[in-house]
Amino acid sequence: MAAVRWMLAKDLCILRRSPALTLLLILYPAAVAVLIGLALSRGPGLPRVAFLNEIPRSESVITLGTTRIDTTRYERQLFQAIDPIRVSSRAQAVDDVRDGSTIAALIIPPDLPHLLASADQSAYVEVIYNGDAINQSLVETAIESKLAQANALLAVQLEKVAGSYIDLLLSGGRLNFLGLAFNVLGLRDSAKILNGVLSKLPPGSPLLAKLAPVASFAKIAVDNLASSKAVIGAVGAPIVVHKQTISGRRTPLDFYAVSIAVTASLMFVCLLLASGTLALEREENTLERLRRGLVSPAALLGEKALLASVCAVFVGFAMLVGIGIFVPLHWGRVGLWLLALAGGALAFATLGVALGGLVRDVRAASLLALLVSFPLVFLALVPAGSVAVGVYDAIRVLSAVFPFKAALEAVDAAVNQSSPSLWAALGHLALLVLGFGALARVALRR
Amino acid sequence: MVAPTLQARSLSKRFGDRVALHDVSFQLDSGEILAVIGPNGAGKTTLLSLLAGAAAPSGGEVIAPPGERIGWVPQQTALYSKLSVLENLRLFARLERVADPDGAVAAMLEQTGLRERAGEQLGRLSGGNRQRVNIAIGLLADPAVALLDEPSASLDPRQRARLWSFIAGRAQAGTSIVFTTHDIAEAERYAARVLVLADGELLFSGSPADLRSHGSGDIESAFVSFLRARGH
Repeated sequence: MAAVRWMLAKDLCILRRSPALTLLLILYPAAVAVLIGLALSRGPGLPRVAFLNEIPRSESVITLGTTRIDTTRYERQLFQAIDPIRVSSRAQAVDDVRDGSTIAALIIPPDLPHLLASADQSAYVEVIYNGDAINQSLVETAIESKLAQANALLAVQLEKVAGSYIDLLLSGGRLNFLGLAFNVLGLRDSAKILNGVLSKLPPGSPLLAKLAPVASFAKIAVDNLASSKAVIGAVGAPIVVHKQTISGRRTPLDFYAVSIAVTASLMFVCLLLASGTLALEREENTLERLRRGLVSPAALLGEKALLASVCAVFVGFAMLVGIGIFVPLHWGRVGLWLLALAGGALAFATLGVALGGLVRDVRAASLLALLVSFPLVFLALVPAGSVAVGVYDAIRVLSAVFPFKAALEAVDAAVNQSSPSLWAALGHLALLVLGFGALARVALRR
Repeated sequence: MVAPTLQARSLSKRFGDRVALHDVSFQLDSGEILAVIGPNGAGKTTLLSLLAGAAAPSGGEVIAPPGERIGWVPQQTALYSKLSVLENLRLFARLERVADPDGAVAAMLEQTGLRERAGEQLGRLSGGNRQRVNIAIGLLADPAVALLDEPSASLDPRQRARLWSFIAGRAQAGTSIVFTTHDIAEAERYAARVLVLADGELLFSGSPADLRSHGSGDIESAFVSFLRARGH
């Protein structure tokens, strides 16, 4: 143990005298934490879109029967999704898109209220893109989601209008049309009057045979029109989604991003530090001196893994604290955070010393660590169903053999209380520590 | 009769199909200075690595009296360039479990003339000074046997003279010395016995005077003649 202590003190001293590396180890996670925190707390900026409303101000209100619909209300709703740059003409809108000052143009045609009111043609808005696929996707998503909301609101308004007409037909009332007010009798009262007349007619009256079908029609009309209101409501919102999660990760995507960022930082710090400090022993030719019984292979590997793990846990914890300033985290679970960070760090560090044992210098160790780590991150984040079943099975095996996926699950479980459990992930990581530890022993003998 | 401090018995080392050392046997007496010479690739460094325990032999064995320390000075400096001279010496003194690390370090700094440079980082020292620290670390634990692989290679003449004076003092105090060199005259000047290795085989073991008798000129010419006569 004394040898491990002296080696640890030596490596810390070397780290202290490598300001560029130390600065990178501190600045990198700090920068990542701040960026993620800002991204999660503020959300993305609104896309700049040239906006032209060609509807004359006097025609912005549509009258459907007795209901007045103000189209500017939907305009305001749309502006929640975009940063509108008002323009005065179609040509100016096109110019703005072409010179890149806006990423798209949204034009509301002058006949939109008329088309909405007439209902014999679909109303439309016009969107002009600059041809950039990413920008187009961004604007499309923003505008389409808001248009869908506007459509839903319009559908509700139209349903109300249609419903009021049905009520008028059924129960009667006053109808205003072209400035004139009418009293409408309504089907129910018509049926009552007809039934009253029919009950007072003498049996065998020729009117009985003529009025009986009319009374029957009135009854059928009342029954079916009453249920048609419900039908119109169902068509306005044909399918509603009831959400239920039965297994797997239940973490919202933004909180999952916190786990990914922390685990990725943990991995980079561990792999670079563990592989680098071990490779440095070869680079400085000191490994052969140490191997002459001064430090046992297990102690040497343990010392490097311990140093990398402690530094990485410190970095990971600092990241969580930094992110916690921006987004609400469960501070009562700090103990579990540290446990998950320690388990993940130890597994990454053991992989790091296995890599460091294979190479002869620090640069090669760093390169190898980066070459290994990037695919591990990407593979672990491939969602099921996005690739063929066979490929996904292969990815699952690879992800299980390397520590990133298990470490991510441990951190996610500790930070976000997601499943699978923290203990299952820590057990997985412990197995990986044993496996990579054995590989590192073999690599060190080279 | 002087008791041997180190014995090599049928030492062999293979790297894959290549035989680096084949059936080498010799013994080293207490206080003896032994030079190992030979052309490049003869197996000199491999022999010292096996004697030091830095590498495992493919065959044969190295026998050292139990409890005796063996000091090793590898051909390439094996030091931490980010640490100072003092920190390097102190670290290895502690790892070697020297009874009084600070005392041993102070004594070694004095003996090697490095006291003034003790606070300087290794990476900022000249090659010669780094080699002096390398040698100091090998001898820090006051070993019974010191194995020095081309110790004078990067030293200037003044430093070289100082090194050999230091080594002679150690030998007089009872430390057995084995060193490798390409400087045959140096071997003749400082060693009591010479081993000649070529292609991993031990071709000669005797005094420098015996080696000189294989030629008519100086010892370097005699050495070259000897190798030619043996087909190398």
